[in-house]
Amino acid sequence: MAKTLYDKLWDSHVVHVEADGTALLYIDRHLVHEVTSPQAYEGLKLANRPVWRVDSVVATADHNTPTRNWDKGIEGIEDKVSRLQIETLDKNIKEFGAKVYFPFLDKRQGIVHVIGPENGATLPGMTVVCGDSHTSTHGAFAALAFGIGTSEVEHVLATQCMVMQKYKNMQIRVEGKLGLGVTAKDIALAVIGKIGTAGGTGHAIEFTGSAIRDLTMEGRMTLCNLAIEAGARTGMVACDEKTIEYCKGRMFSPTGAQWDKAVAYWRTLVSDEGAHFDTEVTLDAAEIQPQVTWGTNPQMVTTVGGKVPDPAQESDKVQREWMERALKYMNLKANTPITEISIDKVFIGACTNSRIEDIRAAAQVAKGKKVAGNVKLAMVVPGSGLVKAQAEAEGLDKILTEAGFEWREPGCSMCLGMNDDLLSPGERCASTSNRNFEGRQGPGGRTHLVSPAMAAAAAIAGHFVDVRSFS
Amino acid sequence: MEKFVRKEGLVAPLDRANVDTDAIIPKQFLKSIKRTGFGPNLFDEWRYLDRGEPDKENAGRPVNPDFVLNKKRFEGATVLLARENFGCGSSREHAPWALQQFGFQTVIAPSFADIFFNNSLKNGLLLIRFDAKIVDQLFKEVGENEGYRLAVDLESQTLSTPSGQSFKFDIDPFRKHCILNGLDDIGLTLEHSDKIRAFEAKHKAAQPWLF
Repeated sequence: MAKTLYDKLWDSHVVHVEADGTALLYIDRHLVHEVTSPQAYEGLKLANRPVWRVDSVVATADHNTPTRNWDKGIEGIEDKVSRLQIETLDKNIKEFGAKVYFPFLDKRQGIVHVIGPENGATLPGMTVVCGDSHTSTHGAFAALAFGIGTSEVEHVLATQCMVMQKYKNMQIRVEGKLGLGVTAKDIALAVIGKIGTAGGTGHAIEFTGSAIRDLTMEGRMTLCNLAIEAGARTGMVACDEKTIEYCKGRMFSPTGAQWDKAVAYWRTLVSDEGAHFDTEVTLDAAEIQPQVTWGTNPQMVTTVGGKVPDPAQESDKVQREWMERALKYMNLKANTPITEISIDKVFIGACTNSRIEDIRAAAQVAKGKKVAGNVKLAMVVPGSGLVKAQAEAEGLDKILTEAGFEWREPGCSMCLGMNDDLLSPGERCASTSNRNFEGRQGPGGRTHLVSPAMAAAAAIAGHFVDVRSFS
Repeated sequence: MEKFVRKEGLVAPLDRANVDTDAIIPKQFLKSIKRTGFGPNLFDEWRYLDRGEPDKENAGRPVNPDFVLNKKRFEGATVLLARENFGCGSSREHAPWALQQFGFQTVIAPSFADIFFNNSLKNGLLLIRFDAKIVDQLFKEVGENEGYRLAVDLESQTLSTPSGQSFKFDIDPFRKHCILNGLDDIGLTLEHSDKIRAFEAKHKAAQPWLF
């Protein structure tokens, strides 16, 4: 029977199935960070349980790490609670072990969803878990990857398995050519705008179509990263030559005869002709415009040429009240053109958009220009030490700092503001991150999600502007 | 994990769709390395008018009088009634911990986000999905009746209202078994250790580069 990519990945990892379909799924790669792991390691200690397979664990500190003052070392982390969490990870990895650990200050340290792929710790055909919802990112490699909670982190550490029910198959097909200046981020936001933040609940999404095949691996990671914002725990893209080319020569990628064998297997990681999807959604790439969110949830999104919607036009009471509440929080009036919304801060970074291609896109827009006077802070936070080094080798940091952007050390930073990078109450931010929830970037902060090029253009203009007509 | 058999309690209505886990427990409380102590900061940005911090005492903080959980009539509620897509967003298990540690034992909504759903059941926080029409009816009843209580019987998978009406709900048999008996998931999985080892050996032979 014809199988979807998800069916293949699922079937190749099932260890055991209960009568009601609940399965034990074997996990190949476990990415660990400081926020969701301390209670899991504590649980192991209390029950006197070892880690089942130490060499499946790849660890780094990213959520709490500062993006400045690295010269002061661990002492540079002024928040004692943050520091303790990072030190606790150091201690736990020392005690329990890992295949590799990129601690705070290491040159390969970075956002867990950036360092996995760039070190070849994420490979096609793998099952990948991490105590972070944006683990869906790794699905870009034809891997089955999903975010898990802390009890599940402990469960995987102790047993190498997840207890799961199989999800339904969903295909999101994007055919055609994207317009110039339209990116993977815009595809993802357009999809979420279409199906809603619960549209993918209970499903595993496979992104297909010519527009997806045309995306780079970085673009596919951005797309899969946002699958969770469409409600799906896992999103994926079939393996092709780009996938294989990206994996070649990375730190943990196979070599020699093993490489050839791996590649032969990876090429089978595609949905079979005629495979059944329970739900199918189709988008025309040519119709996708640069996107900007206006509300407090990623599905509250419109095009840069659009206007803030009017709740009075919404017939459903729960939805209408939700929109009214969002507009009040965002301090926006219905029918305001998006390009008339001015901003206070700009954040370019996060596991969604902090890879080399994203930094290049931002630098291309910023080159030879200056950040607008009303923008208090425009910061670029590379996803990892390797991304930072690559960007510096290309001179991108110079272009950005000359334009007035701050060039920071890698980490999750202002995507969720667990470190010092926060919005102040009432501040409005053009952000390349993934969530515009109330308070996400700081209490009372107002987030608008956009692509890196759109964020850089907003920084220069001081308000949202269509990057396609920006010069 | 505590056993969940039959529970009955006061209902608090949270009439908002898409309540995310950032709202349930804001990020600054995620810096804790403990599993407990999150209850006092549940919905912190909605319950209080200032910014809460992990080391800050809540006594004396300005309270938002309009927020439902700050209303006297819902004090001591153990059942939370909510709208679509409750628990969307981050995978933080601190969200169900905070709900439980505040006192909630059951959350009823038309739908829940997938990761939050798993995290909750792993901790014995029972999440019940009902058709939006039934949830609408419950919202109406709790709004009209002070001291409105609901009884949840997991064994028979029924929810009963004060007027004697009862509704059946679905739950996976395996999860039901674990919650009813307060079973340790890890212990259960480790009973299959031989199968896991056998799978691992086969997997390693087929894809040695994964090891």
